[in-house]
Amino acid sequence: MSDRNSIESRLLQEWESRAGSAMNGRLHDSRAEAIKRFRDAGIPALRSEAWKYTPIRRILDRMPTLDIDPEGINTDGLDLGASTIEGLDAYRVVLVDGRFQADLSDVTGLPKGARILDLRESSSDEDVVRHLDGTGTEARDAFAELNSAFVQDGVAILVDAGVIVPRPILIQQIVTAQKPSLVQPRLLGVFGRNSQARLVEVCSTAGQAEVLTNAFSEFHTATGAVIDHVRLIDEHAGAVHINNLRSYQEGGSNFSTNVITVSAGTVRNQSYFLPDGEHCETHLSGFYLAQDGAHIDNHTLVDHAKPECYSNELFKGILENKSVGVFNGKVLVRQDAQKINAYQSNKSVVLDDTSRMYSKPELEIYADDVRCSHGATTGELDKDALFYLQARGIRQDAARLMLLEAFASDVLDRIKEEPVRAHVDQLIRSRLSRN
Amino acid sequence: MLEITNLHASIEDEEKEILKGINLRVGAGEVHAIMGPNGSGKSTLASILAGRDGYEITQGSINFEGDDLLEMDPDERAREGLFLAFQYPVELPGVNMSTFLRHAVNSVREHRGQDELSAVDFLKLMKEKAGLVHLDPSLKSRAVNEGFSGGEKKRSEIFQLAMLEPKLAVLDETDSGLDIDALRIVSDGVNQLRSPERSFVVITHYQRLLDYITPDFVHVLVDGRIVKSGGKDLALKLEELGYDWIKEDAVVA
Repeated sequence: MSDRNSIESRLLQEWESRAGSAMNGRLHDSRAEAIKRFRDAGIPALRSEAWKYTPIRRILDRMPTLDIDPEGINTDGLDLGASTIEGLDAYRVVLVDGRFQADLSDVTGLPKGARILDLRESSSDEDVVRHLDGTGTEARDAFAELNSAFVQDGVAILVDAGVIVPRPILIQQIVTAQKPSLVQPRLLGVFGRNSQARLVEVCSTAGQAEVLTNAFSEFHTATGAVIDHVRLIDEHAGAVHINNLRSYQEGGSNFSTNVITVSAGTVRNQSYFLPDGEHCETHLSGFYLAQDGAHIDNHTLVDHAKPECYSNELFKGILENKSVGVFNGKVLVRQDAQKINAYQSNKSVVLDDTSRMYSKPELEIYADDVRCSHGATTGELDKDALFYLQARGIRQDAARLMLLEAFASDVLDRIKEEPVRAHVDQLIRSRLSRN
Repeated sequence: MLEITNLHASIEDEEKEILKGINLRVGAGEVHAIMGPNGSGKSTLASILAGRDGYEITQGSINFEGDDLLEMDPDERAREGLFLAFQYPVELPGVNMSTFLRHAVNSVREHRGQDELSAVDFLKLMKEKAGLVHLDPSLKSRAVNEGFSGGEKKRSEIFQLAMLEPKLAVLDETDSGLDIDALRIVSDGVNQLRSPERSFVVITHYQRLLDYITPDFVHVLVDGRIVKSGGKDLALKLEELGYDWIKEDAVVA
C-alpha cells in the first residue's frame, strides 16, 4: 500500500474517524463493505489496462491535499446562470458541492407517485436504502466503491409504476469549493414499471480551486419504463471528474443516455449498462470536445446477459491543442444472450498534431446468433470538404465550424429536449469559434 | 476578365511540371472551351484557378478583373466572382443544403455590398434556380451532395452557379458521366446563365458537350501547353481526328 499521506490512506483514515458517528445502522454496513472493497481494489495503478491512457494515480498524486469533507457551503450570490438551460421547462434540483439545496430547487408540481429527495435526509427511506448498494459485480470499481463508502449527499429520484413525469428533471451540479476538495455526489434513479422520466444533468464549477468530483449515478429501470438521460459536463481546467454511471434494466425497458463533455480539465466517464431482461433497448451516446490540454476519457461496457436485446452506441469527439481523448467501449454478449443486436461506433476529429486520440473498441461475443458491429475512425478535418465550402465563398473559419458542427450533428440529434439541444449547440459553437 | 500569362505549375513537393506556360485571355461574356487528352493538365488548371492547395506556381501570373488571383484565398476568389463547378463534388454529410447555400450566397452578397437575403427571399430564389436544372425542391432539406446520383451532383453544381451569379464560371468536366438527358439539362441550365457580363471556361475531354454549349473559342491543351486555338469548328475536327494529329502538329511546330 502506498505511503501514509497518499489520498488512499487519508480516505481510509477519514472513513474510520467517521465510522459509527453520522451513519445509521443499515447504511453503515453497506458503507463498511464498500470501504473494504475500495481498500482491496485501491486506486488503479499506472499499469492498469483499464486506466492506461488516464493515469489516475499520477493525476491524483499531482493534486494538492484535498479537503475530504468541504464544510461551510455558501450559496449567497451563487450564479446558476451557466448551468441554466434557457427555455427548458423543468423540475429543478440544485446540488452545490454535491449537497442538495432545497431553497434553490423547485420540484413543485410533481405527479403523485414521483418523488425527488435530498439523499442526506433520506437515509432511512426504505426505497432509497434498498437501492444504494450498487449491485452489479461486473461493474465493481474503486471509485464507485469510494462513493458508496462515503455516500451521504446527492439526490434520489423515485418514480412509481405507471407514473409519467411530464416535465424533464434538471439537475444542476455546481462545485463552488474555494480550496482543493473532494466532492462525491450520488444520484439514484428508481423507475417503476411502465414509468417515464427525462433527466438532464449539468455539471459545472464556479471556483478555480483544484477539485476532484467522484460522482456515482445508478439507474434502475423496470419493465416497460422509458428513461432518457443527458449529462453535460463543463468544468474548469483544475477539475478532475470521475463519473460512474450504472444502468440496470429489466426486460422490455428503454434507457437512453448521452454524455456531453466539454470540460477543460480531466474527465473520466465510466458507464456500465446491464440490460438484465429480454427486449431491452439501450441507447448510449456521447460527445467530447477537448481543447487546450483537456483530457476526456469515455469508458463503456454493455453487458448483454439476456437474449433479444438491442443496444446502439455512438461516441464522437473533436480534439485540439494538446488535448487527449480516450474511448474504450466494450460490448459483451454472454453465451445465453442470443438474438442480440449491438452496434458501436466511435469517430474523432483531431485538429492538430499536438492532440491524441486513443480508441479501443472491444467486442466479446460468446453467443452464436447475434448481429453486432463496431467501427472506430480518427482523422483530421476533411481538406476536400473545406475547399469545397471555401470555393463557394465561405470563409475558412466559418467553413471549418460548419464541418465540425455537421460532424457532431448526428450524436447531438440524439438529445430529445429541444432547449437542451440548442444550449449544447450554442456552447459547442462558441468553444469552436473562439479563435 | 481573366488573363493567364505564361503559367507554369507543378504539384507541391514534386519536380514534375504539369503546366508549362499557359497563356489564355477570356473576355467578358465569352465562352472558352479547353479540350485535351487525359493528363494534359486540364483539371490542374481548374484547381489552380479556384485556389486548391497542393500546387506550386513556379512562373507566370493570373489576373482576374484587374487583381492578382494567385494572391487570394479560395473563398476570396469565390466572393470576387469566380466559380468552379467541381468534376467530383464533395459529399458533406450533416451540412444542410439550404444552410450551406444561404451562407454562401450571403457571403457573396456582403462582399458586393448587398443586404442579406431574408429567409423568404432566399427560399424563393432557391426554388427558381433549382428549376433551371430540374432539381427537386426537396433537396433543400438534404445534406449537400449526400446520396445524390452522379447526374444530380452535376445539376446541383450548376444550380449553385445560378445561385451565386459569378462573373466567371469554370466547369471542370461537368459532362463526364452524364447520360444524354442529364447532359441536356445541365447544358440548358448553363445556356440560360450566359450573359454579356458572365464568362465561362468549359473544360472537357469530349466534344459532345459543345454540341449543346456553343463556345466562342476552343483551345487544345496538350502536355501542359495550349497547342492550338480556334473557333467551335476546331472541336468538331478533334472529334473526327482525335488528339493525335494535334500532338504531331505540336511536335512539328
